[in-house]
Amino acid sequence: MSAHKESWGSRVGLVLAMAGNAVGLGNFLRFPVQAIQNGGGSFIIPYLVCFLLMGIPLLFVEWSMGRFGGKYGDHSTPFILNSLGGKGRLWKYVGVFGIFTNLAVAAYYCYLESWTLAYVWNSVSGAFSGQSADAVSAMFGQYVSLETGTPIFFWLFCLVINTWILSRGLSGGVEIVSKVGMPLLIFFGIFLAIKGVTLQAGSEGAINDGIAGLNFLWTPNFSSIWDFKVWLAAAGQIFFTLSVGMGSIQCYASYLRQRDDVALNAMSAGWMNEFVEVVLGASILIPISVGYLGVERVIELTQTGGLGLGFRTMPFLFQQWGPILSVLAGVAWFGLLFFAGITSSLAMGTPVMGFLRDEFGWSRQKSAWTFGASILVLGAPCVFFFNQGVFDEYDYWAGTVSLVVFAMLEIILFAWVFGMDKGWYEITRGADMKVPGMFKFIIKYVTPLILIAVFLGSLLSEGGILDKIANKTLHAQIAATTDPTQLEALQTQLLYVNGSRALLVLLFAGIAFLVYKAQVKRERFGRITPTV
Amino acid sequence: MMLLSDGIVIAVTLYFFMRVLRTAPPDHVDEEEANYPRGG
Repeated sequence: MSAHKESWGSRVGLVLAMAGNAVGLGNFLRFPVQAIQNGGGSFIIPYLVCFLLMGIPLLFVEWSMGRFGGKYGDHSTPFILNSLGGKGRLWKYVGVFGIFTNLAVAAYYCYLESWTLAYVWNSVSGAFSGQSADAVSAMFGQYVSLETGTPIFFWLFCLVINTWILSRGLSGGVEIVSKVGMPLLIFFGIFLAIKGVTLQAGSEGAINDGIAGLNFLWTPNFSSIWDFKVWLAAAGQIFFTLSVGMGSIQCYASYLRQRDDVALNAMSAGWMNEFVEVVLGASILIPISVGYLGVERVIELTQTGGLGLGFRTMPFLFQQWGPILSVLAGVAWFGLLFFAGITSSLAMGTPVMGFLRDEFGWSRQKSAWTFGASILVLGAPCVFFFNQGVFDEYDYWAGTVSLVVFAMLEIILFAWVFGMDKGWYEITRGADMKVPGMFKFIIKYVTPLILIAVFLGSLLSEGGILDKIANKTLHAQIAATTDPTQLEALQTQLLYVNGSRALLVLLFAGIAFLVYKAQVKRERFGRITPTV
Repeated sequence: MMLLSDGIVIAVTLYFFMRVLRTAPPDHVDEEEANYPRGG
């Protein structure tokens, strides 16, 4: 069993790929909505504090864990954690999260990504022109209800693109896409932000200035800072935006050379994500929506998150800018969402491929196409049963809960089992910047405590993990329904919800079995985990 | 609030990215180094 050989072509390519991994649709659709719902401008205070106390430490930890694992030929979390855990044999099963999350999230994320591609096409082909607001909004409902074959075509096309790029390798595929996609994303973002912020009431059908939207988003409500829920929301947002707790950062970093820096690279990639989120993400969706719809309507529309506003409302608003600019704006908006998506989904494929190549000696092509086939099978329920809540179940369990659990366990492993002295050496070794000594204390005590608080908060809060397991909301709806048709629909939904959870559990168990087989194979071939 | 946070984020992002650009090693990959102990 020989580990595969691969590496990054350039440092800038690596930083852009890492930033691309972090930048996702949430930067543009989730962040502004979270800010509105949690104190407006004052949300930035807990948000940046969480970035400092949880985001940056986790970036340092995951980057250095990855480079450490790469030294032993490990490019996925099961055996990276195994190396760090020394004689503890169970850590590799904690590392299963780093494969599971990537597979399950990629399964629904590629579908989401395909919407953006389809909407770029709709913008170019003029599908939105001359349509009313209700008609444009209804198009999205028809799209996810699979009333035509278009969604399936774009989904399959997206899967093939992702798989093909992955099969080209890191420097020949992922890095090239990041070097092209990230600058384009920023360019599109700046174009839309300028257009959004300079909107003028009375011009092009706008009822408010774009600045009114910025004021609405950024006006601070300082009393919210004392609310625990706001801190929980800020911590959650930092989590999802940085793609920590997924296993993809460790995988990318495992292809670093041992003398390479991790500290400056991690800071640069992390702050680049913050630029896209705080500066660009806050200047597009809300200013444009408030400009045309007013504050009250936007509050109403953001109750269910930013996805509806992004796909149901924005295409109609762009139509107010005239035939040419509306096409350009549609391409820019859905194009930037596509680049944000694909740079993240490629990062999800790499750990899975790394695992298959390291442990089973598969070729790059074979492992890439196996990943593609896996997310085709796992993604199919999200596509075909979207309206039954399968997509949301994947998002909650794989894209939310798993991240928190994995990050909490990995930082305990790094700071307390591997040991903070050795951990600090790994973070600062070869660093091109002086890492402030306070991070040694923060990583050892503060970050684990915050993560435990976030986990307990998610577990026990109303509508949290325990309530989800018990399907409280659905059962309450079933109990309150008297209409037989609606009752049947809700019971069917319950079946799909439980079915998708069973599928996810099976997936986790299947990966754990593969990790067990890999360990047996390692022992047979004498590839023993180092005792550190 | 927006100007302050945007200003901080832009300045810090540019600072770190410029440092990466200034300290970037040559783009070519030294095969020996790239293939540094990979297990096996």
